[in-house]
Amino acid sequence: MEEKQSEVKLFGTWASGYCTRVVLALKAKGIPYRYIEEDLKNKSELFLRYNPVHKKVPLLLHNGRPVSESLIILEYIDEYWNHSPKILPDDPYKRAKVRFWADFYDRKLKEGTVAIMTSRGKEKEKAIEGFLELLKVFEEGIAKDFPEKLTFSNSQPLDFLDIIVGSSACNYEAYNEAVAVVVDPKRNPLFFQWMTALKECPLMKESLPPHDKLVAKMKSFQSRSV
Amino acid sequence: MEEVKLLGFWSSPFVYRVKWALKHKDVKYEYLEEDLWNKKSDLLLRSNPVQKRVPVLLHDGKPIAESIVILEYIEEMWPHNPLLPQDPHERAMARYWMKFGEDKAPILLGFYLNFGEEQEKNVKEAKELLKILEKHGLGENKFFGGDEIGLVDFAFGWIACWLEVMEEAVGVKLSEAESLPRLHEWIENFKKVPLIKENTPDRDRMLSFYKQRREQRRESFISSRAS
Repeated sequence: MEEKQSEVKLFGTWASGYCTRVVLALKAKGIPYRYIEEDLKNKSELFLRYNPVHKKVPLLLHNGRPVSESLIILEYIDEYWNHSPKILPDDPYKRAKVRFWADFYDRKLKEGTVAIMTSRGKEKEKAIEGFLELLKVFEEGIAKDFPEKLTFSNSQPLDFLDIIVGSSACNYEAYNEAVAVVVDPKRNPLFFQWMTALKECPLMKESLPPHDKLVAKMKSFQSRSV
Repeated sequence: MEEVKLLGFWSSPFVYRVKWALKHKDVKYEYLEEDLWNKKSDLLLRSNPVQKRVPVLLHDGKPIAESIVILEYIEEMWPHNPLLPQDPHERAMARYWMKFGEDKAPILLGFYLNFGEEQEKNVKEAKELLKILEKHGLGENKFFGGDEIGLVDFAFGWIACWLEVMEEAVGVKLSEAESLPRLHEWIENFKKVPLIKENTPDRDRMLSFYKQRREQRRESFISSRAS
């Protein structure tokens, strides 16, 4: 493995699953980096200079060149530092499958968790129902395309789907407590099994935000978005 | 022998992205037209059970869905005549703009999909987004891909070949040449590329299709407001 002279900075916020994704990828690859916590209500000059259009976290700054969007940052990390462990599979068809499911997860499920938090009463019930239907679709899809996820052991290196999904779904206990029970072993046994195994990964354990702090943050976000 | 099939719909710009990429790479494929409104084929429903929509690429029977995912697959399977830059940072930028297009599509197409206040709001926001795309995405380049067309040009191909037909069908202008000169230059250059010139749907057919669909949407909108 050749040593690449590089300076890596990551602008993020501690509660954001999207930022945790990048942390996991950098750590998994053994890439040294400097983490900068951004205050989104008071964005730093450096952050805005390199991120004038997007203005969102995470932002990766590598040798002064910015990369935005967590899924894109992960592909960038895997391509630039193409030593093992590989985050995406080598086979183009498998790569297409992980990209499909990552996109589905972000557009349908992650959006769904926000919709639940920002709705009330009947709307909230409908949002939860909708979310659970999509979770079933996701679970069945992963079971078909990536059956090895269902027997995940924490001695395996984390890959694209583990990082994308685990970075937020491993916080299900905080979400269940603060918002609504959406991940439970009876309804989604396979997904639950994957997440509980993933949670025990040393890398995941050290990178996820602390439970109580996250619960408080989620409760506050919910009450602000009436 | 490799077998490549493309399930599509004649007017879909998402399908045309894939057609352009396959043709650019000289990949022989069989095109199968889907009757999306009346009866989707068993092959489509089996190949894309999650989204049940086109385009779907079938390579030796293996299905790939979602146009941007298909474009990346084509680029990886057939790496000659590349459509993405080699440099990882430039690739990340290309992917950023493709994602920008997908994420902002509901707003950009809001002038056609929506009515009343919501439509007005979408039009205003879409004009801003197109300015951002022109300034930061295209910059001073001839194409989004640089001197030659690339995946990002295909992804925004709908702005070149579909937008003005939809604008006419709806009676709303989103993109004026005076306010978006660089983008309009790109539109002219893109449409002149032989691959694109020879592969776009018939304009008259598109116009009557979009007019018809717009009326159907208007009726649904009115009846949903009345109930």
